[in-house]
Amino acid sequence: MAQQKDTLSPISPKQMTGSEIFVRSLIEEGVEVVFGYPGGAVIGIYDALHDISDIKHILTRHEQGAVHAAEGYAKASGKPGVALVTSGPGATNTVTGIADAYMDSVPIIVFTGQVPLKLIGNDAFQEADIVGITRPITKHNYLVRDVNELARTIKEAFYVATTGRPGPVLVDLPKDVMASKTHFEYPKKVSLRSYNPHVEGHMKQLEKAAALIAKSKRPVLYVGGGAIVSNAAEELKAFAKKTNIPVTTTLHGLGSYPETDELSMGMLGMHGTWYSNTAVHYCDLLIAVGARFDDRVTGKTEAFAAEAKKIHIDIDPTAISKNVPVDVPIVGDVKKVLQKLTQLVTPLDTKDWIETIKQWKTEHPLRYRNGKLIRMQYVIQKIGELTEGNAVVISDVGQHQMWTAQFFKYIHPRTHITSGGLGTMGFSLPAAMGAAFARKDLPIISVSGDGGIQMNIQEIATCVEYKVPVKIFILNNGYLGMVRQWQELFWRKRYSQVAMYSPDFVKLADAYGCPGYRASTTSEVEDVLKKALAVKNGPVIVEFKVVKEDNVYPMIPAGQTWNEIIDMPDKELSDIEGEEAETEELITLTKG
Amino acid sequence: MAAEKEEGAVEARARQHTISLLVENKFGAFNRIAGLFSAKGYNIDSLTVGPTEDDSVSRMTIVTRGDDAVIEQIIKQLNKLIDTLKVSDLTYESFVERDLALIKVQTTPETRSEIMQIAEIFRAKIIDISPKTVTIEAIGGQLKVDAIIKMLKPFVIKEMARTGRVALKREFQGEVD
Repeated sequence: MAQQKDTLSPISPKQMTGSEIFVRSLIEEGVEVVFGYPGGAVIGIYDALHDISDIKHILTRHEQGAVHAAEGYAKASGKPGVALVTSGPGATNTVTGIADAYMDSVPIIVFTGQVPLKLIGNDAFQEADIVGITRPITKHNYLVRDVNELARTIKEAFYVATTGRPGPVLVDLPKDVMASKTHFEYPKKVSLRSYNPHVEGHMKQLEKAAALIAKSKRPVLYVGGGAIVSNAAEELKAFAKKTNIPVTTTLHGLGSYPETDELSMGMLGMHGTWYSNTAVHYCDLLIAVGARFDDRVTGKTEAFAAEAKKIHIDIDPTAISKNVPVDVPIVGDVKKVLQKLTQLVTPLDTKDWIETIKQWKTEHPLRYRNGKLIRMQYVIQKIGELTEGNAVVISDVGQHQMWTAQFFKYIHPRTHITSGGLGTMGFSLPAAMGAAFARKDLPIISVSGDGGIQMNIQEIATCVEYKVPVKIFILNNGYLGMVRQWQELFWRKRYSQVAMYSPDFVKLADAYGCPGYRASTTSEVEDVLKKALAVKNGPVIVEFKVVKEDNVYPMIPAGQTWNEIIDMPDKELSDIEGEEAETEELITLTKG
Repeated sequence: MAAEKEEGAVEARARQHTISLLVENKFGAFNRIAGLFSAKGYNIDSLTVGPTEDDSVSRMTIVTRGDDAVIEQIIKQLNKLIDTLKVSDLTYESFVERDLALIKVQTTPETRSEIMQIAEIFRAKIIDISPKTVTIEAIGGQLKVDAIIKMLKPFVIKEMARTGRVALKREFQGEVD
C-alpha cells in the first residue's frame, strides 16, 4: 500500500465529501494511475482529483479506451487497473471493455458516475442503469446508496476484483452520495462471509494427480492465462523441468513458459502449432493448468485429447468439467498447487515422447513464404529478433493476432497481451497505452490490423498528449483479413464487406503530432522497425503495407477435430504471381 | 422423498432438481440469480424468494431441470456469485416442500357442491365465493397441487396464482430408504 501523503485540501479531518473519500480510498489502495473521462455526474470527483499528485489521471479520448487502458495496465503489472467515467453514455461506453475484462479475468475496477439517488429511475439526463446493464459481465457490481458505505464498498471492490479468479468490478456513484459528507476511515481488511476463494489444492486430489503423472508415458502440460494471473511462471518451469513434460500454452498462456526452451511447443488450438495440437491429440495425460478448455482450443470437445486422462488445475470451480470432463480436478491457485505437486512427483522418462515431438517440429514447423511484398509473419518475426523477446507485445484481433502469437518467441510472463475471450477489435492501442504505465523498462509494441486500429484510433491523441511511448504498428492488408480468410475457405470466396479503405497513416501520424513511417517492401521492414524502436518520449506510428491475401495456418476449422488440421498448403494462394513468386523463399520457425 | 420417486416417468437425463439457496439480502441479489439462469440458458420451473429467520439473508428455492452436468454447473455458478452464502441440491436428500395455489373456478348451482367436494378431498379451503365463482386455496406438495388443478380444470379455471415450491431439508434423514 502506498504511503499516504497529505496532499488533499485541508478541510476538517473528520468530515469529508464522498468525492474526497473516493480519492483517499484510491490512494489507500496504492492506485498510481486512473484512466478516465469527466462529465456532469462525476464533476465533483474530478474536482477532488484536481489537486492530487499521488494519482495520475489520464484523459482518454473515449471511455472504451479508458477501460482497455485499465486492462492493459492490469495485465502488464498484475495490479488492478482503474477507470473513472461519468453516467449515462460515459458508463455505457465502458461495456465492451468490461465484457472483455470479464472474459479474460482481468482485475479492473470501473467507477461510474450516476444521477442523484432521487432521480434514479426517472429517465434523468444522462441516466443509464449501468448496474443492471453490467450485471452479467462483471464479477460483481455495486450501487453506493449511502456515503457511509463508500469506503467499505471501494475496499470490497478492489478485494473482489483481485482475488480468486480476477475480474472486473463496477461501482456506481450517485452524484448526491458523492457530495454528502461523513467521517472517513478506510477499512483495514475485508471479510465477506459469502466469498472465500479456495486457493490451496486438496491434498487427496494432488496425490491422485501425482499417481496419474507417475504412470504417464506421453504427458502434455496445457497452460492457460491462469498461470500468468497467479504469477506461477517459476513454479511451472520447476514442475515441467522436474517431470520432463512438454508444454503448450493457450493464447493467454503465452509467456508463462519460455518458448526458447526445448520443452515448449508454442500455442495450441485453432491456429496453434501443428506439433502442439498433434501432441495433445496423442498424449495419454493432459494436465490443464489455469486453462478453461475454450472452444478455440478444443475444437470438437468429444474428440479433444480423447484418449488422455485429464488433470485440471483451476481456481474457478465452474471452469472444471464445464466443456470437457476431467479425471482429477484440483481447485486452487495455480502457483500454490504447482508448488505442492512438484514435491509429490518424481522425474519421468519422456525421452521417446520428446524425440517424437522433435520429429514433428522438424516436419511441420511454422512457415511462410517471404518475397518482395511484406508478409505479416515476417514483421512479427523481425520484431522478435530485434527485441530478443524483451518487449511487451499487445495485439488486436484477427490474422495479425494469430501471427503475433505464432512468430514471436515469448520468454517472460505478462509480455503478451491480447483480447482472447471476447475478441475485441480496437483493444490493442488503448491496452498498450495502459501497459506503458506499468512497464517503463520494456518497449511497448501495439500490433493492429487496419480494421482494428480504426476502432479506437482516437487514443493516438492521448498517447501524444501524455508522451506515452507506444510503438503503433499497423499491418495494413486492406482487408478484415480473418473474415476474408473464412470467406475464402468456407464461403466460396464471396468477399462480403471485408475490403476496407484506410487513411494515410503516415499523414495521420503527422496530424496527431508524432513520427510516422511506412514500409511497403520486405527490404524496408528492418530499417523502419529500428527507427521506430529508437523513438523515445512518445508514440510512433508505422504502417506496413502487407500482402493482401494471406492465410493463417495451421488451422483446425471451428468445431472440428485434429484430423481436420490444415497445414500450410505447398502452393499457398496469394496475390503474388509470376516472377515475384519465384523469388520467394520458405521461412520456417519452431517454438522450443 | 416423495416428489422425485413419484415422478419416475421423468427422463433421468433431464430430471427435476430442487435447489435451495441462501443469499445476502442485498439490492440486486435476486436479479443476479435470475439473470444467471437466463444468461446461461438454464430452465426454471419455479423460483421463490422470501425472508428467513435472519434479516440479512433470503432463501430462494429454485426448481430447475437438467442432466447431471448441467445441474453441477448450475450449482457451481450459483456458488460463484458473490452474494451467495449456501447452495444445496435437495433432490437426493429427504426434504419437505409446499406449494400454494389460489384457484378461481367458475361455478353454477349444479357444479358448486362437486367442486367443494374436490376441495375437501384435497384438504383445500374455500376462501372466497361469489354467485359464479369459488376461490380455492390449495397447499401441499407440487404433485398434490398439480392434481387438484387437474381435477378442477373441467369446471373452467378462470384465474390462478401459484407460489412455486418452497422447501427445507428434513431433519431426520436416516429413516428414509
